[in-house]
Amino acid sequence: MKKPGVWLWAAALTVYAFLYLPLAIVVIFSFNDSMLNAEWVGFTWRWYATLIHDGEMLQAAGNSLLIALLSSACATVLGASAGIAMHRYRFRWLPLLVLTPVAMPEILLGVSLLLFFRQVLDLTLGFLSILVAHITFSIGFVAVIVRARLAGMDESLFEAARDLGATPWTTFRRITLPLILPALAAGFLMSFTLSIDDFVITFFVAGVGVSTLPLQIYSMIKVAVTPEVNAVSTLLMALTLTLILVSTRLAPDVLKGRGAV
Amino acid sequence: MSRRPVDLTRWLVVAPPTLFLLAFFLAPALIVVAASLREPGEFGGLAPLDNLRQLTAESYRFLLGDPIYAEIFARSFVVAALTTLICVVLAYPLAWLIARSPKRRRDFLVLLVVLPFASNFLVRIYAWIMLLGPANLLYTPFAVIAGLVYVHLPFMVLPLYTNLEKHDPALLEAAQDLGASRWTRFWRITFPLSLPGIGSGSALVFIPVLGMFAVPELLGGTGDILIGNLIKEQFLDNRDWPLGSALSILLTAAVLGLAGVAALAGRRGAGGTGAVS
Repeated sequence: MKKPGVWLWAAALTVYAFLYLPLAIVVIFSFNDSMLNAEWVGFTWRWYATLIHDGEMLQAAGNSLLIALLSSACATVLGASAGIAMHRYRFRWLPLLVLTPVAMPEILLGVSLLLFFRQVLDLTLGFLSILVAHITFSIGFVAVIVRARLAGMDESLFEAARDLGATPWTTFRRITLPLILPALAAGFLMSFTLSIDDFVITFFVAGVGVSTLPLQIYSMIKVAVTPEVNAVSTLLMALTLTLILVSTRLAPDVLKGRGAV
Repeated sequence: MSRRPVDLTRWLVVAPPTLFLLAFFLAPALIVVAASLREPGEFGGLAPLDNLRQLTAESYRFLLGDPIYAEIFARSFVVAALTTLICVVLAYPLAWLIARSPKRRRDFLVLLVVLPFASNFLVRIYAWIMLLGPANLLYTPFAVIAGLVYVHLPFMVLPLYTNLEKHDPALLEAAQDLGASRWTRFWRITFPLSLPGIGSGSALVFIPVLGMFAVPELLGGTGDILIGNLIKEQFLDNRDWPLGSALSILLTAAVLGLAGVAALAGRRGAGGTGAVS
């Protein structure tokens, strides 16, 4: 195929700039020595120092990390079973049940869980409701990653194990599990990223007592633009960036999986 | 004898995620349907239900009776369509460049499109508050569209790239040999073949925009609200849950309708490309 021409490069670079410039400005101004985000005054770390002493922010960060760890652990187990089930058994309804939560606008999942927790379970909104909500929206993502990994594998491996007299459990433990391990790790990291970043669904099921980092950022930017927001945004960006880079290493099809769902 | 353990494993694998999703996805979804037929409680939430005759379509009647709701639904569709269109225009050069780059460079270029996703959704909106504030463009329809496009662009690039990557270069070469200009080659060959990619990208952009409330709330003025803002308002501010539920059901119906149309178009589109190749 012919090499891309100058015009195509120019147009594409413009769009890349559109993607990166706004974020670059957020990062740069997190080091700006001025209360106003208007012009560059000088370099400082002080907004990061402010963060470390912001008790509410630290509390929210702690909640976010704990919820992300617990919800992605549960979502990895449940999502992996769903992925294996979708690959192995041809239930028509299963993909529908597993993938619809991923395809729906997030707000619908948020309000339905709010109604369910308050009206049916009469649960006080907080840590537990956020945790359950995060598991619910992560399962589909893990399932897609695990199913993609299984689809690329050689069926004869499982047949050989069966022919040699392995029980289903032994086949799972000795063959399936080692083979899908990278997908499990990628699924875990993906759920972790989704959980720590989620705003919309958390917003509906958090109630008043418990805050997470995105909720904290939301309440700050609703009021005013301050460099402290830039600082926390930059740190959060660095964290999720690392997670995404690691998970693309583990399972190169993750990017395509994300596009497909 | 050997059937039994196999069946047991099957249910051990299928049951946990199924039960979890039945409890926390399907049941809540059905509750929304039921709630949309209830009356609002005196202090928010739902009024107690003593017998089934108290179920009412009042919320739906109210939504259909007041033209403001039809107007906001219509405007949400226009905004979603405009966002999708701008995403197609911006995503095309990017997807095309990546698809025509040497194989070893493609993964890196795709990663460059996805990396802005590494920033939180709110941070990406905040970036536009910083950018548009000094230019006095904040709280305008322009700011809302800019934010919506920015948040959703990668969802258009990825499926479009996946499609463009599969095109057979021989088609374009043949067209060139037959004297077709660059422009003709694009409009008669590349573009029609890329329609399925544009279709799946559009579904990934259009549907989330309909339910979006954070972008209009943070970047737009009072006149820029979308369906998502209406739903959020009823659940968290006015606490009229039946009305909020009815709005959610209407949004779900719109989404399912769109998904149905997309599936039909996809089937027809697949037939079309079959005829070309």
